Amino acid sequence: MDEQRPIKIKVRGVSKVFGKQPSKALALRDQGLKRSEILEKTGQTLGLSNISFDVHEGELLVIMGLSGSGKSTLIRCLNRLIDTTEGDIIIEGENIPTLGEKALLACRRRHFSMVFQNFALFPHRTVQQNTEFGLEIRGVDKKERQKIAHTALQQVGLEGWENAYPHQLSGGMQQRVGLARALANDASVLLMDEAFSALDPLIRKDMQQELLQLQTRMQKTTVFITHDLDEALNIGDRIVLLKDGEVVQIGTPEQILTQPADDYVRRFIEGVDRSRVLTAASAMRPLRTTARESDGPRTALHRMREHAIDSIYVTDRDRTLLGLLEAETAIAATQEGADSITRYLTQDFRKVSPEEPLQHLFAMFSEKSFPIAVVDEQQRLLGVVVKGAVLDELARAGEQ
Amino acid sequence: MDIPRLPLGRWIESGLDWLTSEYSMVTRAISRVTQTGIDSLNDGLMWLPEWALLLIIALACWKLASPRLAIGAAAGLALIWNLGLWNPMIETLTLVVIATLVAVVIALPVGIAAALSERLYRVIMPVLDFMQTMPAFVYLIPAIPFFGIGSVSAIFATVIFSMPPAIRFTTLGIRQVPVELIEAADAYGATRYQKLFKVQLPLSLPTVMAGINQTIMLALSMVVIAAMIGADGLGSEVWRAIQRLRPGDGFEAGIAVVILAMLLDRLTQSLRKASR
Repeated sequence: MDEQRPIKIKVRGVSKVFGKQPSKALALRDQGLKRSEILEKTGQTLGLSNISFDVHEGELLVIMGLSGSGKSTLIRCLNRLIDTTEGDIIIEGENIPTLGEKALLACRRRHFSMVFQNFALFPHRTVQQNTEFGLEIRGVDKKERQKIAHTALQQVGLEGWENAYPHQLSGGMQQRVGLARALANDASVLLMDEAFSALDPLIRKDMQQELLQLQTRMQKTTVFITHDLDEALNIGDRIVLLKDGEVVQIGTPEQILTQPADDYVRRFIEGVDRSRVLTAASAMRPLRTTARESDGPRTALHRMREHAIDSIYVTDRDRTLLGLLEAETAIAATQEGADSITRYLTQDFRKVSPEEPLQHLFAMFSEKSFPIAVVDEQQRLLGVVVKGAVLDELARAGEQ
Repeated sequence: MDIPRLPLGRWIESGLDWLTSEYSMVTRAISRVTQTGIDSLNDGLMWLPEWALLLIIALACWKLASPRLAIGAAAGLALIWNLGLWNPMIETLTLVVIATLVAVVIALPVGIAAALSERLYRVIMPVLDFMQTMPAFVYLIPAIPFFGIGSVSAIFATVIFSMPPAIRFTTLGIRQVPVELIEAADAYGATRYQKLFKVQLPLSLPTVMAGINQTIMLALSMVVIAAMIGADGLGSEVWRAIQRLRPGDGFEAGIAVVILAMLLDRLTQSLRKASR
């Protein structure tokens, strides 16, 4: 679904060499040398190599990698806090690496807000003044920016702290100010550099949830850097996985988990609590058989017997789910001489959307243990999840 | 092996001579302006009755620092008054104030420039080392051909001697601003001047104030020494006591210097704390 959103930032073939003769390092790379070999030969570090990806309008894109993977460099290339060595970064038709000084300032002001790992709040400014910073830089007049900053502080739940100084706040609150400063600025892209990494785990979870809520409300294009896969899977619409300055895989959290691109990714996703991100769709099985509403009880029974099952889902011509027919009821219907099954259907089963997390499904299996029906928004039956499949999927996740 | 001695001293002298004759217009103008400044400040401070100035200073100490400093200042100044050293003390204070003002006015922009430009930094640091380690007396000698005997020469030598810490601390203060704050300012599209005035300078203020405090202390020590080239003030009292072999008079003037030094130090320190 993200693929249909318009592209906000186009990153194409971006490389970054730290050193004085970058072209040499790039030439060696083109000959196929590894990062460590290039460092040994030239004393220069290939920070990023030939990175390409898109950031779609309104999505939360996570760039994740371990330290040294180049993720911090990459996010700084986006707003050119670090100059790229080669490649294009195009936002609304402007190629950021080629902008002149003035155009770059204008571009940063219009397009980018940034939240930093260590908050980077100005210690000599109050919470309010910190929040106003971006607007002040752009020359927004005082009344106006006070109003905007007030709203932003409300959004992050910091009303009443306007006149406090950063050092008077806890880490979590400081980062809320950082977030408010970014939101007040109302730039078109939000860059978050390990924004929650310095917070303790509980606060971190809270902040992730709040970010997700903000995200659903505001649909702001966000690029989020993290070294924490759990965090990436939790908040990312899509994930760009970096290793040694190169892209290893780009995909939705589920794609990363279920179709890891290589051994590196596979090792990476070990130990992740997969039940949280695996969804009904991944454990769903196609239906071996269904009954039609026009079927008589005998036909339905025949199908059940054929597949050795004791209940059957009944759909109409468009595969819209109508209900479940149990074998016992079907037998009773034949004894009563009924020629339609529609009156004998039960609604006593669970149905979920394909996006439902697997862990939720666990609780849904009742003693009767009917398969859970997976339906789309039009109530069309897509498949079923049986108890065993959920366990299988989780076990497989544990093994890897 | 007879290596000829380098006539380094002669070169310097001819250079100074050349400067003196070529730029006499400039030095004379500077001299006139400085002398006017010294005279007006001096006259102003002396126009006030002793008790009035004493009260003003004590009140300032109360407001800016602490009641304790106010009491100390009042007692110290009263002692100076009692010893009959009030006017020399005012003269010394005037020289310190003017020398510090000139030094700071030069040092701030130079310090900022050195903080922002790596190349300038590399040029300026050895010059500062030179200025600070050269024995202070040496500056007195060229001051005379430039500005003649008297207070202006004293100011010239004092400015050169006391300026380095103000430059150093300004540079240090700006360079100490955490990189992530600079990044934050950049990320939001701050221009160089916005960055300087909204982030770098406010954050370096405590360090800059520490530098100014050092400058004041050095200036005080130098204006006392400058009595040797005819500067008025407490230094000349000490100088006279040496020439007449009167240790009592010397110590009296010396104690007055100590009182003034402590007063200026504590006052600027408290300003520095307030700027945090």
